[in-house]
Amino acid sequence: MLRTATTLTRMPALEVTDLVITYGDTRAVNGLTFSAEAGEVLAVLGPNGAGKTSTIECLEGYRRPTDGRVRVLGLDPIAQHDRLVPQIGVMLQSGGVYPGIRPIEALELHAAFYADPADPTELLARVGLTHVRRSSWRQLSGGEQQRLSLALALVGKPRVAFLDEPTAGVDVQGRQLIRSTVRELAQDGVCVVLTTHDLDEAEKVSDRVVIIDRGHLITVGTPDQLMAAGGSREIRFGAPPGIDTAALGKVLLAAVHETSPGEYLVETDPSPGNIAALTSWLAEKDLPLADIRAGRQTLEDVFLRMTAITGEVPAVRIDTRSKDSAKARTERLRGRRRSA
Amino acid sequence: MTAPAPAAAPPAKAWKAQTRIELLLTLRRGESVLLTFLIPVVLLAFFANVDVLPTGDGDPIDFLFPGILALAIMSTALVSVAIATGFERQMGVLKRLGATPLTRRQLLGAKTAAVVVIEALQVGVLLIEGFILGFRFSAPSLGLALVGAVLATVAFAGIGLLMAGTLPALTTLAAANGLYLLLLLVSGMVFPLDELPSGLQAVAELLPSTALAQVFHGALGDATVPTSAIVVLFVWAVAAPLAAARWFRWE
Repeated sequence: MLRTATTLTRMPALEVTDLVITYGDTRAVNGLTFSAEAGEVLAVLGPNGAGKTSTIECLEGYRRPTDGRVRVLGLDPIAQHDRLVPQIGVMLQSGGVYPGIRPIEALELHAAFYADPADPTELLARVGLTHVRRSSWRQLSGGEQQRLSLALALVGKPRVAFLDEPTAGVDVQGRQLIRSTVRELAQDGVCVVLTTHDLDEAEKVSDRVVIIDRGHLITVGTPDQLMAAGGSREIRFGAPPGIDTAALGKVLLAAVHETSPGEYLVETDPSPGNIAALTSWLAEKDLPLADIRAGRQTLEDVFLRMTAITGEVPAVRIDTRSKDSAKARTERLRGRRRSA
Repeated sequence: MTAPAPAAAPPAKAWKAQTRIELLLTLRRGESVLLTFLIPVVLLAFFANVDVLPTGDGDPIDFLFPGILALAIMSTALVSVAIATGFERQMGVLKRLGATPLTRRQLLGAKTAAVVVIEALQVGVLLIEGFILGFRFSAPSLGLALVGAVLATVAFAGIGLLMAGTLPALTTLAAANGLYLLLLLVSGMVFPLDELPSGLQAVAELLPSTALAQVFHGALGDATVPTSAIVVLFVWAVAAPLAAARWFRWE
Protein backbone atom coordinates (compact mmCIF):
# COMPACT_ATOMS: atom_id res chain seq x y z
CA MET A 1 0.00 0.00 0.00
CA LEU A 2 2.80 2.37 0.85
CA ARG A 3 4.09 3.78 -2.38
CA THR A 4 7.61 4.98 -2.62
CA ALA A 5 8.18 8.31 -4.27
CA THR A 6 10.58 7.66 -7.05
CA THR A 7 12.10 11.00 -7.80
CA LEU A 8 13.92 14.06 -6.61
CA THR A 9 15.55 14.85 -3.35
CA ARG A 10 13.17 14.84 -0.46
CA MET A 11 12.36 18.36 0.61
CA PRO A 12 9.40 19.76 2.49
CA ALA A 13 7.07 20.98 -0.25
CA LEU A 14 4.84 22.46 2.36
CA GLU A 15 4.88 23.04 6.07
CA VAL A 16 1.99 23.92 8.35
CA THR A 17 3.00 24.86 11.87
CA ASP A 18 0.54 25.55 14.70
CA LEU A 19 -2.01 26.89 12.24
CA VAL A 20 -5.00 28.67 13.76
CA ILE A 21 -7.86 30.09 11.69
CA THR A 22 -10.78 31.84 13.33
CA TYR A 23 -13.96 33.24 11.85
CA GLY A 24 -15.37 35.65 14.38
CA ASP A 25 -15.69 33.61 17.53
CA THR A 26 -15.38 30.27 15.78
CA ARG A 27 -12.06 28.46 15.65
CA ALA A 28 -12.21 26.65 12.32
CA VAL A 29 -8.65 25.38 12.65
CA ASN A 30 -6.96 25.00 15.98
CA GLY A 31 -3.20 24.39 16.14
CA LEU A 32 -2.66 22.22 13.10
CA THR A 33 0.86 21.00 12.28
CA PHE A 34 1.86 18.80 9.37
CA SER A 35 4.11 18.79 6.32
CA ALA A 36 4.39 17.12 2.94
CA GLU A 37 7.24 16.37 0.58
CA ALA A 38 7.79 16.39 -3.15
CA GLY A 39 6.43 13.29 -4.83
CA GLU A 40 4.01 12.66 -2.00
CA VAL A 41 0.23 12.49 -2.05
CA LEU A 42 -1.14 13.84 1.20
CA ALA A 43 -4.82 13.37 1.93
CA VAL A 44 -6.40 15.77 4.39
CA LEU A 45 -9.30 13.78 5.69
CA GLY A 46 -12.13 14.91 7.86
CA PRO A 47 -15.89 15.27 8.05
CA ASN A 48 -17.64 18.32 6.64
CA GLY A 49 -16.72 21.42 8.61
CA ALA A 50 -13.50 19.91 9.94
CA GLY A 51 -11.43 22.83 8.61
CA LYS A 52 -10.01 21.12 5.50
CA THR A 53 -10.85 23.87 3.03
CA SER A 54 -9.80 26.63 5.42
CA THR A 55 -6.42 24.95 5.80
CA ILE A 56 -5.94 24.46 2.06
CA GLU A 57 -6.95 28.05 1.40
CA CYS A 58 -4.20 29.25 3.72
CA LEU A 59 -1.68 27.24 1.72
CA GLU A 60 -3.06 28.63 -1.53
CA GLY A 61 -2.74 32.18 -0.21
CA TYR A 62 -6.47 32.92 -0.18
CA ARG A 63 -6.69 33.14 3.56
CA ARG A 64 -4.41 34.71 6.13
CA PRO A 65 -3.71 32.47 9.13
CA THR A 66 -4.98 33.94 12.39
CA ASP A 67 -1.94 32.43 14.01
CA GLY A 68 0.83 30.00 13.16
CA ARG A 69 2.85 29.62 10.00
CA VAL A 70 2.36 28.11 6.56
CA ARG A 71 5.06 27.73 3.94
CA VAL A 72 4.76 26.27 0.45
CA LEU A 73 8.06 25.53 -1.29
CA GLY A 74 9.61 27.63 1.45
CA LEU A 75 7.51 30.65 0.50
CA ASP A 76 4.88 32.62 2.39
CA PRO A 77 1.71 32.13 0.28
CA ILE A 78 0.52 35.71 0.83
CA ALA A 79 3.69 37.80 1.16
CA GLN A 80 5.45 35.92 -1.66
CA HIS A 81 2.32 35.29 -3.71
CA ASP A 82 3.85 36.33 -7.04
CA ARG A 83 6.78 33.94 -6.67
CA LEU A 84 4.62 31.09 -5.48
CA VAL A 85 1.65 31.09 -7.89
CA PRO A 86 3.58 29.96 -10.99
CA GLN A 87 4.63 26.86 -9.01
CA ILE A 88 1.27 25.74 -7.67
CA GLY A 89 -1.87 24.33 -9.25
CA VAL A 90 -5.26 24.83 -7.64
CA MET A 91 -8.51 22.95 -8.00
CA LEU A 92 -11.29 24.69 -6.11
CA GLN A 93 -14.08 22.73 -4.50
CA SER A 94 -16.46 24.06 -7.13
CA GLY A 95 -16.68 26.63 -9.91
CA GLY A 96 -13.74 28.77 -10.89
CA VAL A 97 -14.42 28.64 -14.61
CA TYR A 98 -16.31 31.06 -16.91
CA PRO A 99 -19.76 29.53 -17.52
CA GLY A 100 -19.62 30.26 -21.24
CA ILE A 101 -16.06 29.06 -21.91
CA ARG A 102 -15.25 25.82 -23.70
CA PRO A 103 -12.85 23.31 -22.12
CA ILE A 104 -10.15 23.80 -24.73
CA GLU A 105 -10.45 27.59 -24.48
CA ALA A 106 -10.17 27.45 -20.70
CA LEU A 107 -7.05 25.30 -20.93
CA GLU A 108 -5.49 27.51 -23.60
CA LEU A 109 -6.21 30.59 -21.49
CA HIS A 110 -4.60 29.15 -18.39
CA ALA A 111 -1.71 27.77 -20.45
CA ALA A 112 -0.97 31.33 -21.58
CA PHE A 113 -0.26 32.31 -17.98
CA TYR A 114 2.76 29.97 -17.76
CA ALA A 115 6.11 30.00 -19.50
CA ASP A 116 6.24 26.28 -20.25
CA PRO A 117 2.72 24.90 -19.94
CA ALA A 118 1.45 21.41 -20.70
CA ASP A 119 -0.14 21.00 -24.12
CA PRO A 120 -3.86 21.85 -23.73
CA THR A 121 -5.02 19.31 -26.31
CA GLU A 122 -3.02 16.48 -24.74
CA LEU A 123 -4.17 17.45 -21.27
CA LEU A 124 -7.78 17.49 -22.41
CA ALA A 125 -7.37 13.98 -23.75
CA ARG A 126 -5.67 12.87 -20.55
CA VAL A 127 -8.69 13.86 -18.46
CA GLY A 128 -11.01 12.32 -21.03
CA LEU A 129 -12.77 15.46 -22.23
CA THR A 130 -11.86 15.51 -25.90
CA HIS A 131 -15.45 14.66 -26.85
CA VAL A 132 -16.81 17.76 -25.09
CA ARG A 133 -14.07 20.16 -26.09
CA ARG A 134 -16.57 22.40 -27.92
CA SER A 135 -19.26 22.37 -25.21
CA SER A 136 -19.42 25.24 -22.78
CA TRP A 137 -18.61 24.75 -19.10
CA ARG A 138 -22.23 25.11 -18.07
CA GLN A 139 -23.18 22.24 -20.41
CA LEU A 140 -20.71 19.81 -18.81
CA SER A 141 -21.81 17.29 -16.20
CA GLY A 142 -20.57 17.69 -12.64
CA GLY A 143 -17.93 15.04 -13.19
CA GLU A 144 -16.73 16.63 -16.43
CA GLN A 145 -16.47 20.00 -14.72
CA GLN A 146 -14.35 18.41 -11.99
CA ARG A 147 -12.06 16.82 -14.56
CA LEU A 148 -11.64 20.13 -16.37
CA SER A 149 -10.85 21.82 -13.05
CA LEU A 150 -8.21 19.17 -12.44
CA ALA A 151 -6.71 19.77 -15.90
CA LEU A 152 -6.64 23.52 -15.20
CA ALA A 153 -4.74 22.85 -11.99
CA LEU A 154 -2.11 20.90 -13.93
CA VAL A 155 -1.66 23.00 -17.06
CA GLY A 156 1.12 25.08 -15.49
CA LYS A 157 3.11 21.93 -14.57
CA PRO A 158 3.02 22.77 -10.87
CA ARG A 159 5.38 21.54 -8.17
CA VAL A 160 2.56 21.48 -5.66
CA ALA A 161 -1.06 20.73 -6.57
CA PHE A 162 -3.94 21.51 -4.21
CA LEU A 163 -7.07 19.54 -4.99
CA ASP A 164 -10.09 20.38 -2.85
CA GLU A 165 -12.55 17.45 -2.93
CA PRO A 166 -11.40 16.40 -6.42
CA THR A 167 -13.79 13.46 -6.78
CA ALA A 168 -16.90 14.97 -5.22
CA GLY A 169 -19.83 14.28 -7.50
CA VAL A 170 -17.70 12.32 -9.98
CA ASP A 171 -18.79 8.96 -11.38
CA VAL A 172 -16.76 5.78 -10.91
CA GLN A 173 -14.74 6.03 -14.14
CA GLY A 174 -14.05 9.70 -13.52
CA ARG A 175 -12.92 8.93 -10.01
CA GLN A 176 -10.48 6.30 -11.23
CA LEU A 177 -9.15 8.66 -13.85
CA ILE A 178 -8.60 11.37 -11.26
CA ARG A 179 -6.90 8.89 -8.92
CA SER A 180 -4.56 7.60 -11.59
CA THR A 181 -3.73 11.16 -12.61
CA VAL A 182 -2.90 11.98 -9.01
CA ARG A 183 -0.60 8.95 -8.78
CA GLU A 184 1.16 9.94 -12.02
CA LEU A 185 1.70 13.44 -10.67
CA ALA A 186 3.35 12.04 -7.57
CA GLN A 187 5.58 9.85 -9.71
CA ASP A 188 6.63 12.99 -11.58
CA GLY A 189 7.71 14.45 -8.24
CA VAL A 190 4.72 16.69 -7.68
CA CYS A 191 3.47 17.13 -4.13
CA VAL A 192 -0.28 16.61 -4.23
CA VAL A 193 -2.46 17.75 -1.35
CA LEU A 194 -6.04 16.69 -1.58
CA THR A 195 -8.90 17.09 0.81
CA THR A 196 -11.58 14.48 1.01
CA HIS A 197 -14.23 13.12 3.28
CA ASP A 198 -14.18 9.91 1.27
CA LEU A 199 -12.19 7.39 3.27
CA ASP A 200 -11.92 4.96 0.44
CA GLU A 201 -10.30 7.61 -1.70
CA ALA A 202 -7.77 8.53 0.97
CA GLU A 203 -6.90 4.86 1.41
CA LYS A 204 -6.47 4.24 -2.30
CA VAL A 205 -4.62 7.29 -3.49
CA SER A 206 -2.56 8.79 -0.69
CA ASP A 207 0.88 8.12 0.70
CA ARG A 208 0.00 9.78 3.95
CA VAL A 209 -3.22 10.82 5.61
CA VAL A 210 -3.83 13.73 7.93
CA ILE A 211 -7.07 13.25 9.82
CA ILE A 212 -8.61 16.39 11.21
CA ASP A 213 -11.85 16.93 13.03
CA ARG A 214 -13.32 20.24 14.15
CA GLY A 215 -10.04 22.00 13.45
CA HIS A 216 -7.91 19.61 15.49
CA LEU A 217 -5.26 17.26 14.19
CA ILE A 218 -6.35 13.75 15.07
CA THR A 219 -3.53 11.75 13.57
CA VAL A 220 -0.99 11.57 10.73
CA GLY A 221 0.43 8.52 9.06
CA THR A 222 0.47 6.26 6.04
CA PRO A 223 -2.81 4.46 5.44
CA ASP A 224 -1.01 1.22 6.42
CA GLN A 225 0.28 2.65 9.68
CA LEU A 226 -3.11 4.03 10.58
CA MET A 227 -4.89 0.82 9.74
CA ALA A 228 -2.37 -1.32 11.62
CA ALA A 229 -2.46 0.95 14.65
CA GLY A 230 -4.48 -0.53 17.46
CA GLY A 231 -4.00 -4.05 16.05
CA SER A 232 -7.63 -4.88 16.54
CA ARG A 233 -8.49 -8.29 17.97
CA GLU A 234 -11.14 -9.19 15.51
CA ILE A 235 -11.91 -11.23 12.44
CA ARG A 236 -14.34 -9.96 9.86
CA PHE A 237 -15.80 -12.11 7.16
CA GLY A 238 -18.52 -12.12 4.55
CA ALA A 239 -20.85 -15.13 4.16
CA PRO A 240 -24.53 -15.70 3.36
CA PRO A 241 -26.85 -13.70 5.63
CA GLY A 242 -28.48 -15.30 8.63
CA ILE A 243 -25.94 -17.95 9.65
CA ASP A 244 -26.16 -19.29 13.19
CA THR A 245 -23.84 -16.87 15.02
CA ALA A 246 -24.52 -18.44 18.39
CA ALA A 247 -23.36 -21.86 17.21
CA LEU A 248 -20.29 -20.39 15.57
CA GLY A 249 -19.57 -18.39 18.74
CA LYS A 250 -19.52 -21.62 20.77
CA VAL A 251 -16.99 -23.15 18.41
CA LEU A 252 -14.72 -20.10 18.43
CA LEU A 253 -15.28 -19.30 22.11
CA ALA A 254 -15.99 -15.67 21.20
CA ALA A 255 -18.87 -13.38 20.40
CA VAL A 256 -19.96 -13.33 16.78
CA HIS A 257 -22.09 -10.49 15.37
CA GLU A 258 -23.78 -10.05 12.05
CA THR A 259 -22.99 -6.34 11.63
CA SER A 260 -25.05 -6.08 8.47
CA PRO A 261 -26.69 -8.79 6.39
CA GLY A 262 -23.87 -11.09 5.29
CA GLU A 263 -21.14 -9.15 7.17
CA TYR A 264 -19.81 -10.81 10.30
CA LEU A 265 -17.52 -9.78 13.11
CA VAL A 266 -15.82 -12.21 15.48
CA GLU A 267 -14.40 -10.71 18.64
CA THR A 268 -11.32 -12.85 18.89
CA ASP A 269 -7.66 -12.85 18.12
CA PRO A 270 -7.07 -13.33 14.38
CA SER A 271 -4.69 -16.22 15.01
CA PRO A 272 -4.20 -18.89 12.35
CA GLY A 273 -5.89 -21.36 14.70
CA ASN A 274 -9.02 -19.25 15.06
CA ILE A 275 -9.16 -18.61 11.33
CA ALA A 276 -8.80 -22.30 10.61
CA ALA A 277 -11.61 -23.07 13.08
CA LEU A 278 -13.82 -20.49 11.41
CA THR A 279 -13.23 -21.71 7.90
CA SER A 280 -13.66 -25.38 8.78
CA TRP A 281 -16.95 -24.60 10.55
CA LEU A 282 -18.15 -22.84 7.39
CA ALA A 283 -16.96 -25.79 5.30
CA GLU A 284 -18.89 -28.24 7.46
CA LYS A 285 -22.05 -26.22 6.97
CA ASP A 286 -21.25 -25.88 3.25
CA LEU A 287 -21.36 -22.09 3.55
CA PRO A 288 -19.36 -20.09 0.97
CA LEU A 289 -16.90 -17.54 2.31
CA ALA A 290 -17.11 -14.19 0.47
CA ASP A 291 -14.07 -12.58 2.09
CA ILE A 292 -12.13 -12.55 5.29
CA ARG A 293 -10.17 -9.80 6.96
CA ALA A 294 -8.11 -10.25 10.05
CA GLY A 295 -5.98 -8.08 12.31
CA ARG A 296 -6.25 -5.08 10.09
CA GLN A 297 -8.81 -2.31 10.13
CA THR A 298 -9.99 -0.23 7.24
CA LEU A 299 -9.25 3.45 7.28
CA GLU A 300 -12.92 3.85 7.99
CA ASP A 301 -12.55 1.98 11.26
CA VAL A 302 -9.59 4.12 12.20
CA PHE A 303 -11.39 7.26 11.24
CA LEU A 304 -14.50 6.50 13.23
CA ARG A 305 -12.47 5.49 16.24
CA MET A 306 -10.18 8.51 16.02
CA THR A 307 -12.83 11.11 15.46
CA ALA A 308 -15.05 9.51 18.07
CA ILE A 309 -12.39 10.33 20.68
CA THR A 310 -13.04 14.03 20.34
CA GLY A 311 -16.75 13.78 20.93
CA GLU A 312 -19.74 12.49 19.09
CA VAL A 313 -19.14 10.50 15.97
CA PRO A 314 -19.32 12.84 12.98
CA ALA A 315 -21.48 12.24 9.97
CA VAL A 316 -19.26 10.68 7.38
CA ARG A 317 -20.16 9.72 3.86
CA ILE A 318 -18.95 6.27 3.07
CA ASP A 319 -18.90 5.30 -0.53
CA THR A 320 -17.69 1.77 -0.42
CA ARG A 321 -19.97 0.17 2.09
CA SER A 322 -23.61 0.40 2.94
CA LYS A 323 -24.73 2.98 5.46
CA ASP A 324 -26.09 0.18 7.65
CA SER A 325 -22.71 -1.34 8.11
CA ALA A 326 -21.17 2.01 8.97
CA LYS A 327 -23.90 2.68 11.45
CA ALA A 328 -23.53 -0.69 13.07
CA ARG A 329 -19.83 -0.21 13.37
CA THR A 330 -20.33 3.23 14.84
CA GLU A 331 -22.70 1.86 17.41
CA ARG A 332 -20.31 -0.90 18.25
CA LEU A 333 -17.52 1.64 18.73
CA ARG A 334 -19.74 3.69 20.98
CA GLY A 335 -20.57 0.63 22.99
CA ARG A 336 -16.93 -0.25 23.30
CA ARG A 337 -16.13 3.24 24.50
CA ARG A 338 -18.81 3.08 27.11
CA SER A 339 -17.56 -0.20 28.42
CA ALA A 340 -13.95 0.99 28.44
CA MET B 1 3.93 15.12 -19.44
CA THR B 2 3.35 17.40 -16.49
CA ALA B 3 6.70 17.00 -14.79
CA PRO B 4 7.15 20.21 -12.82
CA ALA B 5 8.36 23.14 -14.93
CA PRO B 6 6.76 26.13 -13.37
CA ALA B 7 7.36 29.76 -14.33
CA ALA B 8 5.11 32.65 -15.24
CA ALA B 9 4.57 33.58 -18.87
CA PRO B 10 5.70 37.00 -20.12
CA PRO B 11 3.12 39.57 -18.90
CA ALA B 12 2.10 40.59 -22.44
CA LYS B 13 1.24 37.00 -23.36
CA ALA B 14 -1.01 36.53 -20.33
CA TRP B 15 -2.67 39.92 -20.90
CA LYS B 16 -3.31 39.15 -24.56
CA ALA B 17 -4.86 35.77 -23.83
CA GLN B 18 -7.05 37.23 -21.09
CA THR B 19 -8.17 40.10 -23.35
CA ARG B 20 -9.02 37.67 -26.10
CA ILE B 21 -11.16 35.54 -23.81
CA GLU B 22 -12.90 38.57 -22.27
CA LEU B 23 -13.86 39.72 -25.78
CA LEU B 24 -14.87 36.28 -26.96
CA LEU B 25 -17.10 35.62 -23.96
CA THR B 26 -18.68 39.08 -24.12
CA LEU B 27 -19.57 38.68 -27.77
CA ARG B 28 -20.83 35.15 -27.11
CA ARG B 29 -23.29 36.29 -24.44
CA GLY B 30 -26.60 37.01 -26.13
CA GLU B 31 -27.85 39.40 -23.45
CA SER B 32 -24.64 41.37 -23.67
CA VAL B 33 -24.91 41.76 -27.45
CA LEU B 34 -28.56 42.72 -27.03
CA LEU B 35 -27.67 45.38 -24.52
CA THR B 36 -24.60 46.83 -26.16
CA PHE B 37 -25.48 46.59 -29.86
CA LEU B 38 -29.11 45.82 -30.53
CA ILE B 39 -30.80 48.24 -28.11
CA PRO B 40 -28.79 51.34 -29.14
CA VAL B 41 -29.18 50.50 -32.84
CA VAL B 42 -32.93 49.94 -32.53
CA LEU B 43 -33.49 53.02 -30.36
CA LEU B 44 -31.61 55.19 -32.84
CA ALA B 45 -33.53 53.84 -35.84
CA PHE B 46 -36.88 54.00 -34.08
CA PHE B 47 -36.75 57.51 -32.68
CA ALA B 48 -35.03 58.90 -35.78
CA ASN B 49 -38.00 57.75 -37.86
CA VAL B 50 -40.86 58.10 -35.36
CA ASP B 51 -40.86 61.75 -34.42
CA VAL B 52 -42.36 61.45 -30.93
CA LEU B 53 -39.53 62.87 -28.87
CA PRO B 54 -39.39 66.56 -27.96
CA THR B 55 -36.04 67.01 -29.68
CA GLY B 56 -36.72 70.49 -31.05
CA ASP B 57 -37.25 71.76 -34.56
CA GLY B 58 -34.35 70.08 -36.33
CA ASP B 59 -33.98 66.51 -37.54
CA PRO B 60 -34.27 64.27 -34.44
CA ILE B 61 -31.16 62.35 -35.53
CA ASP B 62 -29.02 65.39 -34.74
CA PHE B 63 -30.06 65.15 -31.11
CA LEU B 64 -30.34 61.39 -30.95
CA PHE B 65 -27.05 60.31 -32.46
CA PRO B 66 -24.75 61.78 -29.77
CA GLY B 67 -27.16 60.67 -27.05
CA ILE B 68 -27.30 57.09 -28.29
CA LEU B 69 -23.53 57.05 -28.58
CA ALA B 70 -23.36 58.00 -24.90
CA LEU B 71 -25.89 55.26 -24.13
CA ALA B 72 -23.73 52.72 -25.98
CA ILE B 73 -20.65 53.67 -23.95
CA MET B 74 -22.66 53.36 -20.74
CA SER B 75 -24.10 49.98 -21.69
CA THR B 76 -20.64 48.52 -22.18
CA ALA B 77 -18.54 50.20 -19.51
CA LEU B 78 -21.16 50.13 -16.77
CA VAL B 79 -23.85 47.52 -17.35
CA SER B 80 -21.89 44.87 -19.22
CA VAL B 81 -18.82 45.14 -16.97
CA ALA B 82 -20.96 45.03 -13.82
CA ILE B 83 -22.96 41.98 -14.83
CA ALA B 84 -20.05 39.97 -16.24
CA THR B 85 -17.75 40.73 -13.32
CA GLY B 86 -20.52 40.05 -10.80
CA PHE B 87 -21.04 36.56 -12.14
CA GLU B 88 -17.29 35.92 -12.49
CA ARG B 89 -16.97 36.78 -8.83
CA GLN B 90 -19.89 34.60 -7.79
CA MET B 91 -18.73 31.63 -9.89
CA GLY B 92 -15.27 31.74 -8.33
CA VAL B 93 -13.62 32.69 -11.63
CA LEU B 94 -11.84 35.67 -10.08
CA LYS B 95 -10.79 33.54 -7.12
CA ARG B 96 -9.37 30.88 -9.42
CA LEU B 97 -7.52 33.46 -11.54
CA GLY B 98 -6.06 34.77 -8.30
CA ALA B 99 -4.14 31.49 -7.96
CA THR B 100 -2.56 31.82 -11.41
CA PRO B 101 0.35 34.04 -12.43
CA LEU B 102 -2.15 36.47 -14.00
CA THR B 103 -1.83 39.61 -11.88
CA ARG B 104 -4.69 41.89 -10.90
CA ARG B 105 -3.16 44.58 -13.04
CA GLN B 106 -3.11 42.29 -16.08
CA LEU B 107 -6.70 41.26 -15.42
CA LEU B 108 -7.82 44.87 -15.12
CA GLY B 109 -5.81 45.74 -18.21
CA ALA B 110 -7.49 42.93 -20.14
CA LYS B 111 -10.94 44.04 -19.05
CA THR B 112 -10.13 47.61 -20.06
CA ALA B 113 -8.86 46.54 -23.46
CA ALA B 114 -11.95 44.42 -24.05
CA VAL B 115 -14.22 47.36 -23.14
CA VAL B 116 -12.32 49.66 -25.50
CA VAL B 117 -12.59 47.19 -28.38
CA ILE B 118 -16.34 46.69 -27.82
CA GLU B 119 -16.85 50.45 -27.63
CA ALA B 120 -14.96 50.93 -30.87
CA LEU B 121 -17.20 48.32 -32.53
CA GLN B 122 -20.29 50.06 -31.14
CA VAL B 123 -19.14 53.44 -32.39
CA GLY B 124 -18.41 51.94 -35.80
CA VAL B 125 -21.84 50.35 -36.08
CA LEU B 126 -23.65 53.46 -34.83
CA LEU B 127 -21.63 55.75 -37.14
CA ILE B 128 -22.69 53.73 -40.16
CA GLU B 129 -26.30 53.71 -38.98
CA GLY B 130 -26.20 57.41 -38.13
CA PHE B 131 -24.94 58.34 -41.57
CA ILE B 132 -27.58 56.16 -43.22
CA LEU B 133 -30.23 57.92 -41.12
CA GLY B 134 -28.94 61.30 -42.20
CA PHE B 135 -26.68 62.43 -39.35
CA ARG B 136 -23.96 64.85 -40.46
CA PHE B 137 -21.17 66.31 -38.32
CA SER B 138 -21.04 70.09 -38.16
CA ALA B 139 -17.54 71.12 -37.07
CA PRO B 140 -17.09 68.35 -34.54
CA SER B 141 -14.37 68.47 -31.92
CA LEU B 142 -13.41 64.82 -31.88
CA GLY B 143 -10.65 65.36 -29.32
CA LEU B 144 -13.14 66.62 -26.77
CA ALA B 145 -15.50 63.73 -27.53
CA LEU B 146 -12.62 61.30 -27.01
CA VAL B 147 -11.70 62.87 -23.67
CA GLY B 148 -15.33 62.60 -22.60
CA ALA B 149 -15.52 58.98 -23.73
CA VAL B 150 -12.35 58.01 -21.85
CA LEU B 151 -13.36 59.75 -18.63
CA ALA B 152 -16.87 58.30 -18.83
CA THR B 153 -15.55 54.79 -19.51
CA VAL B 154 -13.31 54.95 -16.45
CA ALA B 155 -16.16 56.35 -14.32
CA PHE B 156 -18.73 53.81 -15.53
CA ALA B 157 -16.36 50.87 -15.17
CA GLY B 158 -15.56 52.03 -11.63
CA ILE B 159 -19.27 52.09 -10.76
CA GLY B 160 -19.81 48.72 -12.47
CA LEU B 161 -16.91 47.10 -10.61
CA LEU B 162 -18.06 48.63 -7.33
CA MET B 163 -21.46 46.98 -7.81
CA ALA B 164 -19.97 43.69 -8.99
CA GLY B 165 -17.49 43.57 -6.13
CA THR B 166 -19.93 44.28 -3.31
CA LEU B 167 -23.36 42.91 -4.30
CA PRO B 168 -24.52 39.36 -5.04
CA ALA B 169 -24.45 38.63 -8.78
CA LEU B 170 -28.21 38.56 -9.22
CA THR B 171 -28.59 41.85 -7.37
CA THR B 172 -25.91 43.35 -9.60
CA LEU B 173 -27.73 42.03 -12.66
CA ALA B 174 -31.02 43.61 -11.58
CA ALA B 175 -29.47 46.83 -10.32
CA ALA B 176 -27.33 47.33 -13.44
CA ASN B 177 -30.28 46.84 -15.76
CA GLY B 178 -32.46 49.11 -13.62
CA LEU B 179 -29.75 51.73 -13.58
CA TYR B 180 -29.41 51.47 -17.34
CA LEU B 181 -33.10 52.21 -17.85
CA LEU B 182 -33.16 55.00 -15.28
CA LEU B 183 -30.07 56.72 -16.67
CA LEU B 184 -31.35 56.28 -20.20
CA LEU B 185 -34.43 58.29 -19.22
CA VAL B 186 -32.95 61.04 -17.06
CA SER B 187 -29.55 61.71 -18.60
CA GLY B 188 -30.51 63.68 -21.69
CA MET B 189 -29.53 60.81 -23.97
CA VAL B 190 -32.92 60.27 -25.60
CA PHE B 191 -35.08 62.87 -23.87
CA PRO B 192 -33.64 66.37 -23.73
CA LEU B 193 -32.59 67.37 -20.22
CA ASP B 194 -34.69 70.56 -20.15
CA GLU B 195 -37.84 68.49 -20.47
CA LEU B 196 -37.22 67.15 -16.95
CA PRO B 197 -38.68 68.82 -13.84
CA SER B 198 -36.13 71.33 -12.56
CA GLY B 199 -35.39 69.43 -9.34
CA LEU B 200 -34.68 66.22 -11.20
CA GLN B 201 -32.69 68.11 -13.78
CA ALA B 202 -30.41 69.54 -11.10
CA VAL B 203 -29.73 66.03 -9.77
CA ALA B 204 -29.34 64.59 -13.27
CA GLU B 205 -26.64 67.12 -14.10
CA LEU B 206 -24.43 65.56 -11.44
CA LEU B 207 -24.59 62.13 -13.11
CA PRO B 208 -21.73 60.86 -15.29
CA SER B 209 -24.24 59.70 -17.89
CA THR B 210 -25.71 63.20 -18.22
CA ALA B 211 -22.26 64.72 -18.38
CA LEU B 212 -21.22 62.34 -21.15
CA ALA B 213 -24.38 63.10 -23.14
CA GLN B 214 -23.69 66.82 -22.75
CA VAL B 215 -20.10 66.40 -23.93
CA PHE B 216 -21.19 64.36 -26.97
CA HIS B 217 -24.03 66.75 -27.82
CA GLY B 218 -21.60 69.65 -27.71
CA ALA B 219 -18.60 68.00 -29.31
CA LEU B 220 -20.44 66.21 -32.10
CA GLY B 221 -23.40 68.58 -32.60
CA ASP B 222 -24.23 72.23 -32.34
CA ALA B 223 -24.48 72.66 -28.57
CA THR B 224 -21.67 73.98 -26.39
CA VAL B 225 -20.01 71.72 -23.87
CA PRO B 226 -20.59 73.02 -20.34
CA THR B 227 -17.36 73.04 -18.31
CA SER B 228 -19.37 71.52 -15.49
CA ALA B 229 -19.87 68.36 -17.58
CA ILE B 230 -16.12 67.79 -17.86
CA VAL B 231 -15.69 68.46 -14.14
CA VAL B 232 -18.51 66.03 -13.26
CA LEU B 233 -17.00 63.32 -15.47
CA PHE B 234 -13.55 63.90 -14.02
CA VAL B 235 -14.77 63.64 -10.43
CA TRP B 236 -16.63 60.39 -11.18
CA ALA B 237 -13.62 59.02 -13.06
CA VAL B 238 -11.48 59.51 -9.96
CA ALA B 239 -13.99 58.65 -7.25
CA ALA B 240 -15.65 55.55 -8.71
CA PRO B 241 -12.47 53.50 -9.33
CA LEU B 242 -11.13 54.51 -5.91
CA ALA B 243 -14.34 53.33 -4.29
CA ALA B 244 -14.18 50.09 -6.29
CA ALA B 245 -10.57 49.51 -5.26
CA ARG B 246 -11.52 50.17 -1.64
CA TRP B 247 -14.61 47.98 -1.39
CA PHE B 248 -14.25 45.34 -4.10
CA ARG B 249 -14.32 41.82 -2.62
CA TRP B 250 -12.86 39.03 -4.73
CA GLU B 251 -15.10 36.34 -3.26
